[in-house]
Amino acid sequence: MTRRSKSLAGAGLIVLAGALSASGQTREELMAAHRGGTLNLVARAAGGTIDPQINYTLQYWQLYQFVYDGLVAFQKGNGIDGTVLVPNLAEALPEAQDDGKTYVFKLRSGLKFADGSDLGVEDVVASFQRVFKVSGPTSGTFYNGIVGADACIATPATCTLEGGVVADAAAGTVTFHLVQSDPEFFYKIAVPHASILPSETPAADVGVAPVPGTGPYMFESYNPNEKLVLVRNPNFKEWSVAAQPDGFPDQIVYSFGLTDEGEVTAVQNGQADWMFDPPPADRLAEIGSTYADQVHVNALTAFWYAPMNTNLAPFNDLRVRQALNFAIDRDALVGIFGGQVLAQPVCTILPPGFPGHEDSCIYTKDPGAVWSAPDMEKAKALVAESGTAGQTITVISEDSVVSRDVGTYLASVLTELGYQASVKAISSNIQFTYIQNTNNNVQISVSQWYQDYPAASNFLNVLLSCASFHPGADSSVNIAGFCDKAIDARMQAAMVQAVTDPDGANAEWAKIDQAIMELAPVAPLFTPKHVDFLSKRVGNFVFSNQFQWIMSQAWVQ
Amino acid sequence: MTAQADDQNSDAIPGSRGGNGPWATALRRLRRSRSAVWSAVVLLGVVALCVLAPLYADLAGSDPFRSNLGGKIEIAGERVLVMQPSTTGLGLGVTPIGPTWTTTYLLGADNQGRDVAARLLYGGRNSLVIAGAATVICLLLAALVGIVAGFAGGFVDMVLSRILDVLWAFPVYLLAISLSIVLLNSSFQLGPFTITSGSLLLPIGIIGVIYVPYVARPVRSKVLALRRSEFVLASIGLGLPTTRILTRDILPNVMPTLIVFVPILLALSIVTESALSFLSIGVQPPDASWGTIIQDGQTLLYSRPIVALAPGLAIVITVLALNVLGDCVRDALDPRFKVR
Repeated sequence: MTRRSKSLAGAGLIVLAGALSASGQTREELMAAHRGGTLNLVARAAGGTIDPQINYTLQYWQLYQFVYDGLVAFQKGNGIDGTVLVPNLAEALPEAQDDGKTYVFKLRSGLKFADGSDLGVEDVVASFQRVFKVSGPTSGTFYNGIVGADACIATPATCTLEGGVVADAAAGTVTFHLVQSDPEFFYKIAVPHASILPSETPAADVGVAPVPGTGPYMFESYNPNEKLVLVRNPNFKEWSVAAQPDGFPDQIVYSFGLTDEGEVTAVQNGQADWMFDPPPADRLAEIGSTYADQVHVNALTAFWYAPMNTNLAPFNDLRVRQALNFAIDRDALVGIFGGQVLAQPVCTILPPGFPGHEDSCIYTKDPGAVWSAPDMEKAKALVAESGTAGQTITVISEDSVVSRDVGTYLASVLTELGYQASVKAISSNIQFTYIQNTNNNVQISVSQWYQDYPAASNFLNVLLSCASFHPGADSSVNIAGFCDKAIDARMQAAMVQAVTDPDGANAEWAKIDQAIMELAPVAPLFTPKHVDFLSKRVGNFVFSNQFQWIMSQAWVQ
Repeated sequence: MTAQADDQNSDAIPGSRGGNGPWATALRRLRRSRSAVWSAVVLLGVVALCVLAPLYADLAGSDPFRSNLGGKIEIAGERVLVMQPSTTGLGLGVTPIGPTWTTTYLLGADNQGRDVAARLLYGGRNSLVIAGAATVICLLLAALVGIVAGFAGGFVDMVLSRILDVLWAFPVYLLAISLSIVLLNSSFQLGPFTITSGSLLLPIGIIGVIYVPYVARPVRSKVLALRRSEFVLASIGLGLPTTRILTRDILPNVMPTLIVFVPILLALSIVTESALSFLSIGVQPPDASWGTIIQDGQTLLYSRPIVALAPGLAIVITVLALNVLGDCVRDALDPRFKVR
């Protein structure tokens, strides 16, 4: 996903169950000492619909972590621990049956929604039907492997998932039948799109009307032009500290409409406890020095990259794509993002620390494990060889500061390579859709990808498989239009291998990553880090690699 | 010349050949006005600096259109980075070098490591060219529409006036922004010519059109009055061709009105262009204008305010000079003008 419009970066949570604080206090003692108060959050703008099965933004996925639950969840833990799967509404993670094509989940008993109604197996079935009925953004990619999904995708309104999701009320179980084994199935049902909602939830986008969930908080009100208020769910009883721990603040208020600068000032003055948007570049030095103890910097499993349209001149020539990869000064781009503390140059698609990542860089002055410097001579030679110099190229970036600066830099490099390059910055609200649609004839763009879940396929298969390329559609996330049948077959094989041999599969993903980079459909630029700027009073900062800051675990008193 | 005649031309410049026509009188009045002379000097200075932009860029050894994020420059015998990483606290952020007050990076760098002073001068060129060309287009269109509507009257006047009304009904910036967004997203075909989305011709055309009603209306009013004047009626009565009447009787009498608008339109065009470019819908990168430089500086207001202040100051000085000159031109062309 992208930061605003796609999925969340990886997160990780400390294992909270039975954890002791640094001071040696138990969780119960900490709860007694710090429970209460109001956590004030600010953002430039709201994140759109509040519907957990439709919204696909980091901004609200962070909130859904403590409002909604799925059958399984990413553990609420720090760093890499936050990518570990744990049973949530289900009693346990079931063993795969029928060669990995069947899973039987047994629901915990006594679960209630925030409106007081009981949660039953029929709610689980209805929720998965609703994913298709509302044409959820991942219905065709995450959940299309469930038996009956094809019919649901074809005619969402009448979706039943017959034979795919089967409830047994007497046994309290829900059985999932898959078309074929899927090693990433648990990951896919751990994201908010697979939240379990009351069966009577309307089969349409609820917009600003809250839907009851099962987490420790519930939405009290939502006005996208003003604020969003979360209060405690009176029907919540902690069933698993690892999956869904109780929260510290009594209330969470999310205000919208400030500028980035205003957000920084609000946090500095203690009027807000946290800002969603990255601090503006010219305030970084200030907050990194004067407010250093209020800043948290964490690595993200994400990358910024420049997809090059492999079907449009001049990037339909491999030499041109390789030339740009050689010419880019990735250190310079790191500077645009805020310096070496906040980003790291990359030459691979899989980010450092991600399953399947192997340090490798073939597009550098001295090819090896890491990027060292641009090789402009080689780049110019490749362009000369291609005979494409002088052609017109437009770089499409977002109108956000960093994206526009990256686009301007790429245009400058392309000009140096002999092209007539310019940059066009378009609204962040539409840029991601615009660059996907082949009808817009985008030659090269600036984009980002944040993991949905920690699996190599979430980058390589999603971004660069033939199946992800849909000419003429707004949702063609394979922006480069790259389709190599041989590499596609290797990716399919790696996904199958992951079921029984995850380590072997990851080694294969590393090779696939390198094979793709030899064909250079994209220019990886850097992997970013995330800056959380908090007010002085906020304690117990927990940053998960899956969903970033876990707000419910912070205390304000 | 009699003593009486000398008194009547008391604003004539001593020693000058000074004719007695209205243009010569106006020119004499302008030359005697300190405000006019100073504003003209300031404007000529701004234009000269912008014209000499390549000289500064050569002297500074910087390319104002190319990113220089990893570059180093020599300051007081030391090689320093153009983009300087923070060395305090957590080391967050990279800040462009500030003003060096030397011939290299005189006003410092922007967020792409480019020389702000060089961009300011090159950007000024674009701002002035756009303003000048837009002013010419606007005056030509306004003169054409105003004279035709005022002289023809009747149905033609009604149609042209309503078109002007429609244009006038739009808030000028809303109209400019709408046109820019529509036209900048794709190339624009004008007969056999294709105007690409990044071309300077687009802001020129847009700004040239949106101010037409503001000039055409007074021109039309003037022509309506002239149409009923005795010398025009006499020309019509003598059966002189319409084109002759328009070019020999109407146009010369409309010219003062048009000339008064020149500095005003130039000033408005500079401000409008800057606003559109600031909103990313005017001059497109890598080209620069004062508006785009302010936009670049917007993200550096805390750390390097000069990046935004310098083009802002350039706009203020230029527009102020144009407005003062506009007042002086208006006074000079006013037959009721009295030398103070």
